[in-house]
Amino acid sequence: MKRLTKKQALTLFKSADLLGLGMMADNVRKKLHPERIVSFIIDRNINYTNVCINKCKFCAFYRNEDDPEAYILSKRNLFNKIKETISLGGTQILIQGGLHPKLDIDYYVDLLKSIKERFPIHIHGFSPPEVCYMADKANLPIKKTLQILNEAGLDSIPGGGAEILSDRIREQISPKKIGKDRWLEVMKQAHRIGMKTTATMMFGSVEEPEDIIEHLDAIRRLQDKTNGFTAFIPWSFQPGNTELGGRGKGQGARGKEFKIQNSKPNSSLATRHLSLSTATAVDYLRVLALSRIYLDNVPNIQASWVTQGIKMAQIALRFGANDFGSTMIEENVVAAAGVKYKVSVRDIISAVRSSGFHPAQRDMYYKIIKNSNL
Amino acid sequence: MLLNKIENKVITGHRLTTDDALSLFQNDDIFTIGRLANIVAGRKNGNKAYFIQNHHINPTNICINRCKFCAFSRSKGEKGAYELSIGEIIDKLKEGQESRVKSQELSKKQLKSKKKNFKLLTHNSKLLTLFSEVHIVGGLHPDWDFGFYLEMLRAIKTNFPTIHTKAFTAVEIDYFSNISGLPLTETLQELNNAGLDSMPGGGAEIFDTRVRNRICPEKISGRRWLQVMEAAHRVGISTNATMLYGHLESYKNRVEHMLKLRDLQDRTGGFQAFIPLAFHPLNTKLGVRSQGSEVSKRNKTNPQSLTPNPCLYTSGIDDLKTIAISRLFLDNFQHIKAYWIMLGEKIAQLALMFGADDLDGTIIEEKITHSAGALSGSALTRAQLINLIEKTGKIPVERDSFYNRVKR
Ligand code: SF4
Ligand code: SF4
Repeated sequence: MKRLTKKQALTLFKSADLLGLGMMADNVRKKLHPERIVSFIIDRNINYTNVCINKCKFCAFYRNEDDPEAYILSKRNLFNKIKETISLGGTQILIQGGLHPKLDIDYYVDLLKSIKERFPIHIHGFSPPEVCYMADKANLPIKKTLQILNEAGLDSIPGGGAEILSDRIREQISPKKIGKDRWLEVMKQAHRIGMKTTATMMFGSVEEPEDIIEHLDAIRRLQDKTNGFTAFIPWSFQPGNTELGGRGKGQGARGKEFKIQNSKPNSSLATRHLSLSTATAVDYLRVLALSRIYLDNVPNIQASWVTQGIKMAQIALRFGANDFGSTMIEENVVAAAGVKYKVSVRDIISAVRSSGFHPAQRDMYYKIIKNSNL
Repeated sequence: MLLNKIENKVITGHRLTTDDALSLFQNDDIFTIGRLANIVAGRKNGNKAYFIQNHHINPTNICINRCKFCAFSRSKGEKGAYELSIGEIIDKLKEGQESRVKSQELSKKQLKSKKKNFKLLTHNSKLLTLFSEVHIVGGLHPDWDFGFYLEMLRAIKTNFPTIHTKAFTAVEIDYFSNISGLPLTETLQELNNAGLDSMPGGGAEIFDTRVRNRICPEKISGRRWLQVMEAAHRVGISTNATMLYGHLESYKNRVEHMLKLRDLQDRTGGFQAFIPLAFHPLNTKLGVRSQGSEVSKRNKTNPQSLTPNPCLYTSGIDDLKTIAISRLFLDNFQHIKAYWIMLGEKIAQLALMFGADDLDGTIIEEKITHSAGALSGSALTRAQLINLIEKTGKIPVERDSFYNRVKR
């Protein structure tokens, strides 16, 4: 299949029916992954601090420094979590946190070194906003910062904080967060020094189809240059416990009804601008399928069972996804928004199987570690 | 390929054989299956997707059957057992309407003047149009006599003359016939005279005897279920039909189940909608669901997750395929219902693109749902349902019990 242009993608996204889009994405997935393997990684999400100066509107996780719930994870706690992870068959930790004003690069270097000294575990950590914050505070260029972290033991970088790579949208939902260019810069520099990263997209807030395409295009263009992205992970905005979604108004993990009410037939995308309703199942699958079709140079697409639920993730496997992501031994960031899924490795394995695929445990580079006797 | 042959049949409006249906279940091409089902749904109901505002009442959880999977039922005297009096049922319906008025008012942001709100709350004729259907199912109570049920129906009709009463699964009807000593037809006739307008489709489970004996040996047989339904249709009571899948049954069992329904429908035409229900293994939802109360008893999880042990559930793909194949196979059923309370709003929404045309109701707070610890999110508002439907490109239609449009 010829590469899709931005314009073609937009037309497709706006006018193709869901089943048609799904079929196209499914065919792309089949070509790229004909062996019918659906991979997953056993890892643990460790949030070292929930203090964050950014206060993004959609984030239910952060706290102010003086908040009674504010914390910095102790090393003992951290090591225990890692031990547990390894004993559960885990091969990786995903370590992320808020932008804490009191932590500097030395803290992170020490953190990484102390982990690597003790554990043979892959460290996937620090999304671009964190890397930039460290660099700025230490007055170092991004590249140098990454090199320091890499030497200290950081193996790869998660694609978080991308939200929608469109500055128009970022100004609305995360005004203090790094812009599109810096996000891409971190990834580019990481790839240049040989680190692999993932890329994410959080949609379903205030963006238009054009913004989604812009995001996909930015990823595709960088990938053409660096080939450093291992996977793309689209997920939808969870309006639970957040400013954008009406924090503390007792709405639960669902969009606000009075806003949805404004929607007229066939204007759902336009009114979503105001509505902030959670992206529905249809929206999620459309974006997922489009991502698979558009990102012809990104090998893997992850289904987000954490935000969508297991059944949706199963369906996602036929709409472009070939990976079930992480078993998420711990997921504080999304859980704080009122979405909580607890599943075990066994659950993931049989969820994959009952969707007609072969489950296989992988590492961060998508190398299969274990696919027999599962 | 095989699918081509079936596609031709569907396009030209020919009935599918059981072999066709079986090969669809074994086929991996969910996109073509979905597209075909959507074509058929379009022929039957245009581009419409229905929902209804209804209210559920479970008069008692005391049940002599105590099916092994049923978490809802209690024995008499057991902790947590309850029974509602007729007065309490009437009160609940009144409360239900009032809370509906409030939520409607809230959502319409018409709370500008308290006075106006008050006026609405007390204006009776307005109240009566707020939900159009009451849905009643419960346990098989050891002491209640048939007369009590008749009285219950009469009381509801007297107090709410415009509300449609959809009540009692085939399991309960069979029980009524036993306790009253009346033949099925007369039992149904009496209920009908007292105010029973239609019946839900619960208790069908899976008709295959071998499987049925393993999952719910305490229940009436599949044959008896079909007899009850046939009798109901003959006295003019329309009903729904369900199928519980995703437990021990084979695809063949599913197809045979649907075939029995299709055959009966050929004879009576009394079924309104077919409702496939996915089995939830760990938490006993089977009990409540198979009773046909169709009341969600979710765990404390997100509505979509159906955890704690999602792996034992049917796959989302199977859910969509089952909806689609039922739409293709049951050519004499007008409606296929994707019951969102059971499926979760995400799968239910997708089902609308796989042949379903009905999401059922918005349900306001209700006893069983809450005692079982369901999330507060178990009620979708009208606006949310409309949003879900519109995102599929369908036209939302709020319906009454007979699929007539309700004007608001
Ligand atoms: S999303 Fe990240 S950067 Fe934004 S407030 Fe939350 S923790 Fe901070
Ligand atoms: S499933 Fe129905 S018949 Fe069986 S015990 Fe529960 S309420 Fe009684």
